[in-house]
Amino acid sequence: MTTLTTYGQRANPYPGKLVIVEGIDGSGKSTQLSLLAQWLRAEGHLVTFSEWNSSPIVKATTSRGKKNQLLTPLTFSLIHATDFSDRIERDIVPALKGGAIVLADRYVYTAFARDVARGVDPKWVRALYRFAVTPTLAVYYRVPLDVALYRILSARPKLKYYEAGMDLGLSPDPIESYRRFQSRIQVEYEGLVPEYGLATMDATLPVEVQQRALRELIKPHLSDIARAPQGEAFETTEERRA
Amino acid sequence: MKRFESYGQGVPGLELGDLSGWLIVVEGPDGVGRTTHVNRLRAHLEQLGYAVAETGLTRSDLASRGIRRAKQGNTLGSNAFNLFYATDFADRLEQQIVPALRAGFVMITDRYIYSLIARAIVRGAEPDWIKQVYSFALLPDAVFYLRIEAAQLVPRVLAEGPFDYWESGMDIPMGEDLHDSFVNYQGRIIHELDALAREYGFHTLDATREVDDIADELCASVTHLLMKRPASLTT
Repeated sequence: MTTLTTYGQRANPYPGKLVIVEGIDGSGKSTQLSLLAQWLRAEGHLVTFSEWNSSPIVKATTSRGKKNQLLTPLTFSLIHATDFSDRIERDIVPALKGGAIVLADRYVYTAFARDVARGVDPKWVRALYRFAVTPTLAVYYRVPLDVALYRILSARPKLKYYEAGMDLGLSPDPIESYRRFQSRIQVEYEGLVPEYGLATMDATLPVEVQQRALRELIKPHLSDIARAPQGEAFETTEERRA
Repeated sequence: MKRFESYGQGVPGLELGDLSGWLIVVEGPDGVGRTTHVNRLRAHLEQLGYAVAETGLTRSDLASRGIRRAKQGNTLGSNAFNLFYATDFADRLEQQIVPALRAGFVMITDRYIYSLIARAIVRGAEPDWIKQVYSFALLPDAVFYLRIEAAQLVPRVLAEGPFDYWESGMDIPMGEDLHDSFVNYQGRIIHELDALAREYGFHTLDATREVDDIADELCASVTHLLMKRPASLTT
């Protein structure tokens, strides 16, 4: 009998901290994460970002697959895991080794929620992400479906094929398909909260109230962490390259 | 009862009930002569009146271009490469292998999940993990493993040109030059394939024999299998 290898068994042994936010589109998590980054930098901490679906090499294939509608639930899942693996190896772990606070907008839970909503086996996708480091802090932005839908649909009416879950054939109408797909994803997220002990945030609260709460959540993890060298605290990567 | 089964949970949304045909795998290290034997087998089966389709690593519509690009710069993480290959395989399973089986073809695949599992393990992947990743794959009807020692591959590979960077495992260099790394790397791959051969019950063919002898044995074994096992269990 072999031991089941699955996500959650690779603790973070490095000096850095990994903080991730999760939630459906329109939950406001990205706003919260960038406000957190600003504050952490102002406090003198080393901060790096890692975004979902951003590995330079893999992204071209993902984009092509999406554009030409080549992706099935299985290949959608695998290409995103490929992208994520590249970022773990080349971005996240090296930055954690270097003692940075790594902020990730979406993490493995996005895959668990989205892929399972597409019909992928829950156990299989959790095993797939075995190589992922467990975050120091994971926050789920909980928002009523209607609120999130209103935020998204009032701002950006053109939904992309996979984003709207059109590949699932839930509805021929992209907006209706999107609603049903997001609703399925939300059900999965709600199951992930107790399964992985995610911290939850009431994403209907005012932005600044949520931000204060997020800062309180991260504070206990900041005591033993290195500060950025003086003078570089406000400098972003782009500025350094310029 | 279904004609085909998956190792694990299978492909999401894929009904296996309507699959027929046969799935034949030819496995073996780089330079062992797989292409020659796949071609010979294909010609033999077509002569007998079977419809034959073929696939092989990195031939997917979705991922072949990306993998080629990633190889050029060697700029992709090692585990990401494992998963990129898995993406390529999944796309070929869904878009090439399954449709061919549904149409009652003999699908010959030049390497299958086993070579991919072997190359991942050699690059440090946990064996249990990578096998779980590939658990959506279909169990083939038979796996023919062209078995050889790494040192015996050297003249065969050199006859075709200089050592290839990837076939020599130079992304994880295993020697001070391409020759040494090739021998060590292919040796590790063969070691893993040997273990998989025992685990999954490959039909091992001694690839040091004359090409004609190997081809005869392969063709006879496959023909026997095709006659013994009907394409579809329902007809």
